[in-house]
Amino acid sequence: MSENIQIESALRNRIDSGKKALVVYITGGLGDDWIQTMHSVIDAGADVVEIGIPFSDPVMDGPIIQMANDSSIESGATPVTILSDLRDESPASPLAVMTYYNLAYRMGHERFASSLASAGISGCILPDLPLEELDIWSESAANSKIETILLAAPTTPDERLLQICARSTGFVYAVGLLGVTGMRSELADSATEIASRLKNVTSKPVLVGVGIGSPEQAVEACKVSDGVIVGSAIVQEMMNGSSPEEVGELVSTFRDALDKNC
Amino acid sequence: MSLKNPNEKGRFGPFGGRYIPETLVPACHELEESFVEAWADDSFREELDSLLFDYAGRPSPVTECLNLSDELNCRLLLKREDLNHTGSHKINNVLGQALLAKRMGKKRLVAETGAGQHGVATATAAALLNLECCVYMGEVDVKRQELNVFRMKLLGAEVRSVESGSRTLKDAVNDAMRDWVATVEESYYCLGSVMGPHPYPWMVRTFHEVIGTEARMQCEEILGTTPDVVCACVGGGSNAIGIFSGFVDSDAELIGVEPAGGAAIGRGVPGVVHGMESFLMQDEFGQVLEAESISAGLDYPGVGPEHSYLSSTGRARYESVTDDEVIEAFQLLSRTEGLIPALEPAHALAWISRERKYLTGKTVLLNLSGRGDKDVGQMMEILNV
Repeated sequence: MSENIQIESALRNRIDSGKKALVVYITGGLGDDWIQTMHSVIDAGADVVEIGIPFSDPVMDGPIIQMANDSSIESGATPVTILSDLRDESPASPLAVMTYYNLAYRMGHERFASSLASAGISGCILPDLPLEELDIWSESAANSKIETILLAAPTTPDERLLQICARSTGFVYAVGLLGVTGMRSELADSATEIASRLKNVTSKPVLVGVGIGSPEQAVEACKVSDGVIVGSAIVQEMMNGSSPEEVGELVSTFRDALDKNC
Repeated sequence: MSLKNPNEKGRFGPFGGRYIPETLVPACHELEESFVEAWADDSFREELDSLLFDYAGRPSPVTECLNLSDELNCRLLLKREDLNHTGSHKINNVLGQALLAKRMGKKRLVAETGAGQHGVATATAAALLNLECCVYMGEVDVKRQELNVFRMKLLGAEVRSVESGSRTLKDAVNDAMRDWVATVEESYYCLGSVMGPHPYPWMVRTFHEVIGTEARMQCEEILGTTPDVVCACVGGGSNAIGIFSGFVDSDAELIGVEPAGGAAIGRGVPGVVHGMESFLMQDEFGQVLEAESISAGLDYPGVGPEHSYLSSTGRARYESVTDDEVIEAFQLLSRTEGLIPALEPAHALAWISRERKYLTGKTVLLNLSGRGDKDVGQMMEILNV
């Protein structure tokens, strides 16, 4: 098996060339062609793809990703089927998994981490696993060379931001607003504020996610951040029944806006 | 002497902890500090006591069931939490948390509810203390507990029907947490059971310890000793932990009764959901299962972490009963004692009734955690009246 492509280095390649990084979230197991959608998203310029593994109780997610979750689970997707769908792929960009801690806990930390690695996944985001509970997982993740991306929120105090930046690997996920995932009519002020607080204290890539629903909002967030994570807007397109190519075209509008305006 | 406090990471043995989005972590730190400070402050305790006594009607009596004791061949005592204002034990916790919210400068209470008892209690406290109130309730429960929905609205609360997932208590908790993530600066999450992230399981237990403290003294007066068995129903487990707290250092056997369709300890394995590590009904991949119980208040696939701990140490024992046994017990108490119980404590009575042989000659204290008015409509349908 080839060595996993590291998320941080892929993002740095983009950022060091003077551009902004684009991470795209898609729901694993959503539709028969979700693997093609993943490739299409990468071809359209995603530097990293986050694969959502659906969980029954996604407290950090808004209605769009909740519905996508339910739909994927109903069609029979499990962590095992999603990882096995990925096993024979050789995506041109690195992958991260976004899911909730109980799926890792249930499978067992070591086994979950090694399953990710053998499916070619480089990173993992567990939004309900804060610093205080991180130790057991991060040890298993490190053993399997999985990067653990931590979230920093607008409510996080300064000294805690330092700890989060110290322990986050891959990049630091700046939660752009007080709320769950989903599109909003405009970019919250808190998005640039948290990005700027993070940029002041870390040299790791800082990407803003949650509430980035349009290319314009992505451009605005990137005035401060190194890039953005786009989730619900893409998943909504998948839920509409769009083809992999059409989802790729949507991703291109984000890529183009970032390349032209940042 | 009494139940142990959790360690600094909010754990009872291996159970508990704080598994929540980063956005909420600072709010939980602030809550923990505020609770510790308030609980050490005499003026807070006095204000709470005066509300509990003059507003909610504490202390609640202990009633000896002369008729039913005869039938069951044991000596059955009821701790009458059904007599509290709003009809259940829930008011003990809610008055404590609402006062704390006020002290923390919060303007709005967010709550989840299953049967509606915690929602009604929260709406009541919000009305009394002039706070906004928003209650999340599963669509299924909105239908089967329409009286409580109307009560909450009368009290000035907004009730939001939850249409995702199980459409019951589990998903009401999810939506309440999502609301809290979005409004954490002005809102206070008034959790209704001994569950969720630290400090909730500890704090909610502390507010319910009044049940056990009173019952211990009342049993000493009536029996001259402690009962042989202390029994309570368990969904999240707040009324059970409240009464257990008064007897954990005695010789009394502590029995928690779960619904067969929501038996987290009986049928679950350890897992993490709603901020805590505890026993949880889940599939082989870790997807949380939907509970199925006649009682909306116990329709929950998880359980408070301290119950998982008490089960693992053997200090308390957890049993389960079926819906049919509960329906029998509901009628039994009504017919023999003139007391219509809520379906939730009818679970505890169902266990006592089933185990009457084992309990022969023993003194048994049952926590009658709520009254059955809210369930009468549902029982009319079930019994085809």
